[in-house]
Amino acid sequence: MIRRTALYVLLTLGLGVVITPFGWAVLSSFKPEGEIRQNPPTFLPAHATLGQYRELFHRLDLFTVFLNSVLVAVIVVLANMLFCSMVAYALTKLPFRARGAVFTLIMLQMMVPSIVLMIPQFVVVANLGLVNTIFGIMLPYLVMPLGIFLMRQFMADIPDELVHAARIDGAGEFRIFFRVVLPLCKPPLATLSLITFLTAWNNFLWPAVVAQSQDKYTLPVALAIFANQEATHYGLLLAGAVVVVTPVVILFLALQRFFVEGIASTGIK
Amino acid sequence: MSTATATRRRVDRASRPGGSTRRRARGRFMAWVFAAPFLILFLLMYAGPLLAGLGMSFTDLKSTDVRHPLNVNGVGLDNYQRLLHDDAMRKAAWNTFFFVATGVPLTIVFGLAAAVALHSGIRRARTFFRAGYFLPQVTSIIGIAVAWRFLLDPQSGLLNEALGAIGIHGPAWLADERTALPSLVAMATWRGFGFDMVIFLAALQGVPRELYEAADVDGAGRWAQFRRITLPMLRPAVLFTVVYSTIGYMQFLEEPFVMTKGGPLDSTLSASYAIYFQFGAGNYGYAGAAASVLFMVIVALSFLQFRVLRPKHL
Repeated sequence: MIRRTALYVLLTLGLGVVITPFGWAVLSSFKPEGEIRQNPPTFLPAHATLGQYRELFHRLDLFTVFLNSVLVAVIVVLANMLFCSMVAYALTKLPFRARGAVFTLIMLQMMVPSIVLMIPQFVVVANLGLVNTIFGIMLPYLVMPLGIFLMRQFMADIPDELVHAARIDGAGEFRIFFRVVLPLCKPPLATLSLITFLTAWNNFLWPAVVAQSQDKYTLPVALAIFANQEATHYGLLLAGAVVVVTPVVILFLALQRFFVEGIASTGIK
Repeated sequence: MSTATATRRRVDRASRPGGSTRRRARGRFMAWVFAAPFLILFLLMYAGPLLAGLGMSFTDLKSTDVRHPLNVNGVGLDNYQRLLHDDAMRKAAWNTFFFVATGVPLTIVFGLAAAVALHSGIRRARTFFRAGYFLPQVTSIIGIAVAWRFLLDPQSGLLNEALGAIGIHGPAWLADERTALPSLVAMATWRGFGFDMVIFLAALQGVPRELYEAADVDGAGRWAQFRRITLPMLRPAVLFTVVYSTIGYMQFLEEPFVMTKGGPLDSTLSASYAIYFQFGAGNYGYAGAAASVLFMVIVALSFLQFRVLRPKHL
């Protein structure tokens, strides 16, 4: 009993440490600038105000930037759902001679540092005429290795007999893929869409390189550039941080079960 | 050959699509079709750029040469030799080593501690704590950077205020050469340990209860049980988290990019960040050489870790 109580106290303290940076940032985003600069600092806002948010919305075209972020994230998610599943199908349910080689390529893609690729990738995107476009921002992320692993793990456990039976009935591979296999893959697809959504939403360096005018910025890019110009204007930046982080936090808390269990399943095997 | 295998073979043949070679050939072709989106994107956005990066590391390519390719000369290994004598690069290599050597163990130890604590006894609130600890992992580094810069601010930050309350005069954290890099390590650990916790929690669920019961009968204490049962059983999970975090931490760039700009006095300059600066300055050949070295070190480290940590029975 004492042991369990001690454990709870410890875990709660830990949670306090983990949550404090967020909590204090959210609380402080409702303080006027004078109170934010004040020494000693306040924990709860003494004079709560929406002033920082009002100024943020006034200074940045948040609507466009938000829409760009959503667009990039949604298309990246849909592309990964389709393409990662297709590769996984080739790896698990088709007589694929290059299976081992493709697997090595996927590992390689995970290991190459993004900094090695940044400039050559930019040259490719420039040659395709995709600089400062939404499509250029998402291009490198349309098939992510972690997504392939996730789908492969699950599809390997779908009985081959099911696929064979459909083949004997004369169904083509695309028909089997869409009608038989994909409908069974809902759990890993849920996880996949969450992981890829977060990756696309939070991605920062590459979009900062590709997007060159404000109407193509994603949320993190807009906030980063703003943070450079207004490095000392904490209140405004905190409000911006809350705007960037809140949608993801809500999504995660609502769907965290899929997320956490899905990650665990890719990691172990 | 045993009868069992013979029977299985016969069943296999029967269940295969007629076993006709034409269908097999068609299946092979379809495999390429299904893998095509990945393969095309890989060639275009990963293999091509990687080879281009390697190739340019043996030249004196600069941003100004891109329009005049004839000005570019092969310089052999000169760029690589220059790396050895570049003080900023050496500083960056040391900082990256420090970041990995402290960050990876800290992240794993905290992740393991949280997982063991949640696994033993806490049932009701497990999901709640798990979600809370994982939260920093899913949030944008830009948002985190803003929150942490505010938290660590020497005048109006909460941390020094809290330290002051117990009589400690806190340093200027990000503005102090000695504390800037450790501050980033702390932030990275805070952000990353939830991921390792999730991996360890899943692995812990796979450890058979009977092992602990047997150990209880033998009178083994908690610590002995942890060392003799839990840790060995978690070996594959440890391998995964070590390799995965090392690959990530070796490339650290966003943390100093948004928190310190590499300063003060290059004390938070990472390898990736130094390469980024060289790219920005237009020294493509030199930056390519540094990037290739970083890539090779990451691959070599991953192989080494696999060798040392892989399960013994394999």
